[in-house]
Amino acid sequence: MSIFVDGSTRLVVQGITGREGQFHALQCLNYGTQIVAGVTPGKGGAEVGTIPVFNTVQAAVDKTGANASMIFVPPAFAADAICEAADAGVELIICITEGIPVLDMLKVKHYLTLTQTRLIGPNCPGIISPGLCKAGIMPGAIHRPGGPIGVVSRSGTLTYEVVHQLTCQGIGQTTCIGIGGDPVIGTSFIDCLAAFEQDAATKGVVMVGEIGGSAEEDAALYVQQNMSKPVVGFIAGLTAPPGRRMGHAGAIVSGGRGTARGKIAAMKACGIHVCEDLGRLGEFCKEIFSHA
Amino acid sequence: MKIHEFQAKELFRRYSLPVPGGGMAITVEEALAIADEISAYPLVVKAQIHAGGRGKGGGVKLAANRDELQNYAGEILGMTLVTPQTGPEGRLVQGVLVEQAADIVQELYLSLLPDRATATIVIMASSAGGMDIEETATTMPDKIIKVSVNPLQGLQPHHVRQVLFGLGIAPDMMKQWSALLAALYRLFVENDCSLVEINPLAITGSGSLLAVDAKIELDDNALFRHADLQNYRDSNEEDPLEAKARQYNLNYIRLSGNVGNMVNGAGLAMATMDIIKKAGADPANFLDVGGGATAEMVEKGFEIILSDPNVKGIFINIFGGILRCDVLATGIVEAVRKCNVTVPLVIRMEGTNVEQGRKILADSGLQLITAVDMADAAAKVAEMVA
Repeated sequence: MSIFVDGSTRLVVQGITGREGQFHALQCLNYGTQIVAGVTPGKGGAEVGTIPVFNTVQAAVDKTGANASMIFVPPAFAADAICEAADAGVELIICITEGIPVLDMLKVKHYLTLTQTRLIGPNCPGIISPGLCKAGIMPGAIHRPGGPIGVVSRSGTLTYEVVHQLTCQGIGQTTCIGIGGDPVIGTSFIDCLAAFEQDAATKGVVMVGEIGGSAEEDAALYVQQNMSKPVVGFIAGLTAPPGRRMGHAGAIVSGGRGTARGKIAAMKACGIHVCEDLGRLGEFCKEIFSHA
Repeated sequence: MKIHEFQAKELFRRYSLPVPGGGMAITVEEALAIADEISAYPLVVKAQIHAGGRGKGGGVKLAANRDELQNYAGEILGMTLVTPQTGPEGRLVQGVLVEQAADIVQELYLSLLPDRATATIVIMASSAGGMDIEETATTMPDKIIKVSVNPLQGLQPHHVRQVLFGLGIAPDMMKQWSALLAALYRLFVENDCSLVEINPLAITGSGSLLAVDAKIELDDNALFRHADLQNYRDSNEEDPLEAKARQYNLNYIRLSGNVGNMVNGAGLAMATMDIIKKAGADPANFLDVGGGATAEMVEKGFEIILSDPNVKGIFINIFGGILRCDVLATGIVEAVRKCNVTVPLVIRMEGTNVEQGRKILADSGLQLITAVDMADAAAKVAEMVA
């Protein structure tokens, strides 16, 4: 069991003929993901490996029955690509692209409320249900199939670090999701926590946050009020100076709000098991989840 | 990207937003020339730096006549201005805005900014002008009016009414206010702003609105579609190392500690800084060489880190996913040789082909301290700076 992606996911890759798009499409294919189509406007009829390329997402969906999309198009065109996929009726969009203007994402976010489509990202590593489907740029080999833990994070390589430590402790994962480091993103911590709570195979969740915004505080309240499964938390950015964007567009402490200290306190107050030593996160999880 | 007040006011003028008459000067002679053109005292001399609280540090002066103006311009130009936002080192003032003093009857606050939680553009207004909005939010939260605008629909008349009735604006000023809000909203979206703030927004003796101050921040991710605004970048306001790193496409922020660090990915980079602190040292920087770091990026990263004289040791933390550890190790060895790294170096890498990578480091003949995991790395960093 897993959330959002599984063996039935049929993926179209938007921007498949670009360097990144092509590389990662093939990586996902090798992992066992059903990559059924690619899209690059003007390159319809071409092939990437064995993957047929179409001019539009609609054509790809019509011809291949794609039900999810992974986007690698450059930031200037990414908002349009998201809306194109949503218009074509794709149920799930994973947008890897980093650097999309905030105003574009504000509009996309409202546009998507008129559709049934779920957006993961942008500026994210994607999503993987180990052994079933990899729709992202994460290294597949560090994951361990079979669950029972779900992982949700705003980060990329920090998520790999966490997953790797879980795997080293013999703890497998149901699904690992990078929700993205931008200020405006599609799927939130709460969306993922709710889905993990519903997923019978998931027995606990690791939630990895960072400075900026109030998504972790909101999620903490949600956990307190709605979750029966144990949640382990980690927050990056205790030493981040205020007023500076720490790499991710959304990672900024402004006006004294969005600090790591504040988030850790809020999570602890809501019963989340916060680990403050990344070096020992794997062991910490083993201890907490052994009671689950 | 932050821009100067005089640049923000230049943009304001383009949208017919009311600003005081005046101009920007980088010498006392230029300041006098602007003053002579206006020739209606009192005039204000305002230091142009990217930090607030300029008045508190002596960077804003009211000149009653030509002599005073000459004195103040001379004083402020070239001064190192320390404000609550600059830090103790202050900022060198290289330009002043000379403008007409406003005849202020009432001071208000007005700003526009994107709200990440609701994905809207929020208008914030307050009758407590001149005060820091965060201070108002703490001491008089009921004085702040917040109106959310759906970005797909844009500013509507009811948004304007909410702001005006909230502020208790006299009905005869409604038309002026509607025009101001409409222009400000247009400026915000057409230039991809991440903040537009007028504080104070004055109501003058003649009953007109006037933007006495203007603050604009631009969305870095949207600068590609605003060639004109890119010219507003002032590299004098940036740390020289940060400016250089930006040219290399590296995400680097200079800090005050002595342990340099280089990490792939922003989240892991922040967590690495935290680990350095936990180990009893202080990070000298934040440096994200990117999720798919290359050997070339690593080399440039070394160059930047080693330019900081405070750095007494370096911690490299790379989670090699798509980038294989053997390729990375080769890059590190080459870069260490090329950049003549003399400070101790702790390297922790994990991921694809990590065994081959560690072998390359071990066989290099270089004095590299390798760590097997994060916990081990933290201990070795602590030893390094002890």
